[in-house]
Amino acid sequence: MKLEFLSFDFDKFAQEMQNLKDKKGFDYLVTIVGEDFGKEEGLGCVYILENTNTHERCSVKMMAKCQVCGDGIAANGTGETDGQMIAYLPTVSNIWRVADLLEREVYDFYGIVFLGHPDMRRLFLRTDFKGYPFRKDWVYNDRYTLEDDVEPDYGLEYFIDKDGNLQSKQNKLFEADDYVINIGPQHPATHGVLRLQTVLDGETVKRVYPHLGYIHRAIEKMWESMTYPQTLALTDRLNYLGAMQHRHALVGVIEEALEVELTDRIKYIRTIMDELQRLDSHLLYTSCVAQDLGALTGMLYGMRDREHVLNCMEETTGGRLIQNYYRIGGLQDDIDPDFVKNCKDLVRYLRPMIQEYMDIFGDNIITHNRLENCGPMSLEDCINYAVTGPAGRASGWKNDVRKNHPYDMYDKVEWEQCTLNGCDSMDRYLVHINEMYQSLNIIEQLIDNIPEGDFYVKQKPIIKVPEGQWYYSVEGVAGEFGVYLDSRGDKSPYRMKMRPMGLSLVGAFDPMLRGQKIADLIATCAAIDVVIPDIDR
Amino acid sequence: MEVRKPHIKSIPYEEWNDNASLEKIIDELHEGGVNVVTGSLDRLINWGRSNSLWSLTFATSCCGIEFMACGCARYDFARFGFEVTRNSPRQADLIMCAGTITHKMAPALKRLYDEMAEPKYVIAVGGCAISGGPFKSSYHVVKGIEEIVPVDVFIPGCPPRPEAIMYGMMQLQRKVKIEKFFGGANHKQSAEEAKLGVSNEELTFRSKHNDHRREPIVVTEVPKNFLSENSEYSENSEYSDNKKEEEKA
Repeated sequence: MKLEFLSFDFDKFAQEMQNLKDKKGFDYLVTIVGEDFGKEEGLGCVYILENTNTHERCSVKMMAKCQVCGDGIAANGTGETDGQMIAYLPTVSNIWRVADLLEREVYDFYGIVFLGHPDMRRLFLRTDFKGYPFRKDWVYNDRYTLEDDVEPDYGLEYFIDKDGNLQSKQNKLFEADDYVINIGPQHPATHGVLRLQTVLDGETVKRVYPHLGYIHRAIEKMWESMTYPQTLALTDRLNYLGAMQHRHALVGVIEEALEVELTDRIKYIRTIMDELQRLDSHLLYTSCVAQDLGALTGMLYGMRDREHVLNCMEETTGGRLIQNYYRIGGLQDDIDPDFVKNCKDLVRYLRPMIQEYMDIFGDNIITHNRLENCGPMSLEDCINYAVTGPAGRASGWKNDVRKNHPYDMYDKVEWEQCTLNGCDSMDRYLVHINEMYQSLNIIEQLIDNIPEGDFYVKQKPIIKVPEGQWYYSVEGVAGEFGVYLDSRGDKSPYRMKMRPMGLSLVGAFDPMLRGQKIADLIATCAAIDVVIPDIDR
Repeated sequence: MEVRKPHIKSIPYEEWNDNASLEKIIDELHEGGVNVVTGSLDRLINWGRSNSLWSLTFATSCCGIEFMACGCARYDFARFGFEVTRNSPRQADLIMCAGTITHKMAPALKRLYDEMAEPKYVIAVGGCAISGGPFKSSYHVVKGIEEIVPVDVFIPGCPPRPEAIMYGMMQLQRKVKIEKFFGGANHKQSAEEAKLGVSNEELTFRSKHNDHRREPIVVTEVPKNFLSENSEYSENSEYSDNKKEEEKA
């Protein structure tokens, strides 16, 4: 989607955004992109919104105002700001709750503070990190320390006082008698290096503060100094179980900007590969849910069949996790001669196996007791917190990008969008199971009819994308995965940002788990399918 | 008594990579021969140790999934005795560092390593753990975990295939098999050694090499005049601190 920005007056910004939601129905905030537009324009943000009924999208560009700040502001180790210019924007976190973490991310990388946001702390980087790394004038440095990070126990709230000066006040994160435990960063049930700072009252969860960035690899910053073909390599390493889809979104946005016409063969193969990847991910998901709830046998079954899926992909791509298969204008290579046969065998083999996972784990009474009413979230909250993917569909939100914004062959094959209305972890698990059947359906319909044609549309040796902004999203394995591209006509992107699948899911832990038991945190975390390198990028 | 070459079933000794460095370690560890009794006991203990290597689950990214695949039905590294993974560093023999280590994660890795009991090992799995891999130009990635902890085995790949991970684990087995356990990795420290406050492994290492990585940060070369002027403070530092505080009060 080529972006046409709406722009608003700074003073009316908060009101206009509220109008967009209330009057025009843009109730789903897809992402907030912080950007350094250069010396003349300064810092700003791009908001991408969607209307969940009509699936219409719009985008808003807002430039931040700047002010020199006096003493006493941000005197907390979150950055030295005395006497410096601070850029600020009104918050939208009271309109769309998902903006809570998104705005903290922008603050972390660009140093834009959001007026009225109650908790302006760094999200990914250490609190003693100097400067804001995504600004264009940031001087590269990669020194690090093995000392522990001293984290503030309060968040800052910025506001403009009567005289028009920027001021801040502290909001305490914890009460005096709160019992706080850290789950992670090295914990087997968080699927990586997520850290959830959990405030407890006895066994009951009072509050969850996610701490991210333990696997923040700064891919977006690295992209800014790479040529377009070079940027491709890093996407597979985000959510390594969704390598194909991530690459798909990235080549998708570049191809859209270049206006490349793909052959049908490419579209067919990409669709099949995406669905194979989805099977791979969902199989691992069902295994991990079983393992996290203590059913190790359930895990072994899923992992056994995952190897068959990997075989199928590996014969063509040569990789098990990191596929490196799509490239700008097509595919790296043609499919393996045995690919069609292998895929058919796989579909035949896998269909009865899915029932087996249900028999051994999904229909088990213990599983039902553990997962039902665990981590509940209503449909309104799901949209408000932008819980996309299977987790949102378990609350009845029809949010599948494959249906709403069809790409490749998804509008030409027959398949159903799986939704359930339980709003809890059990239904999240069941949506994953149902989606595996749908993936098999899609593969089955396409695999016999892969048309002849080129697997690659030849591109220029040096790819230069014309000026403009684009956003392209695909249905990743755990939600919408999108890439925003701002090109200035160079051979490398001016700014590229991903919409990670997991960031909004992590933001939803807090409302889901308040009032629940601590043991349910593990179950919810397992059933919602977060993969941390995807969140941290 | 001579130290036997480590024997792994199904792969002949000549077919292993990097035998030369293994033999070098044997020569260094057992300089001047090996006692028959302790040597035989060593072999027994090391046989047991090498066949039950318990790893800490320390999967930060992609390589962790391949490590999981190793443990599951197709590859099944229970065959070699690696199947027990521990979530607490106190119970683990080795860290499988599977994935990128970022600047925010680095203190946690160091701490986990420090919390483990001796003898302990580190395996660096994948390009990121070895050198930063594809993220070498990132501002937030440690360029190789060797900057933080000593590494025993490197397993290259991005991510390495499960076969490669198992090969790396077996290389570690070979290393364990030749170790001097009694009198080496596991001996009662003398009073002097205990004063140093470092592990046995480190003591052996220090007497053989002068590797800077293994040295803790202790200032040894102090100017002479500094010592003589402040000798009172350095010897009775606690006492003098207290005295100062009293004076202030």
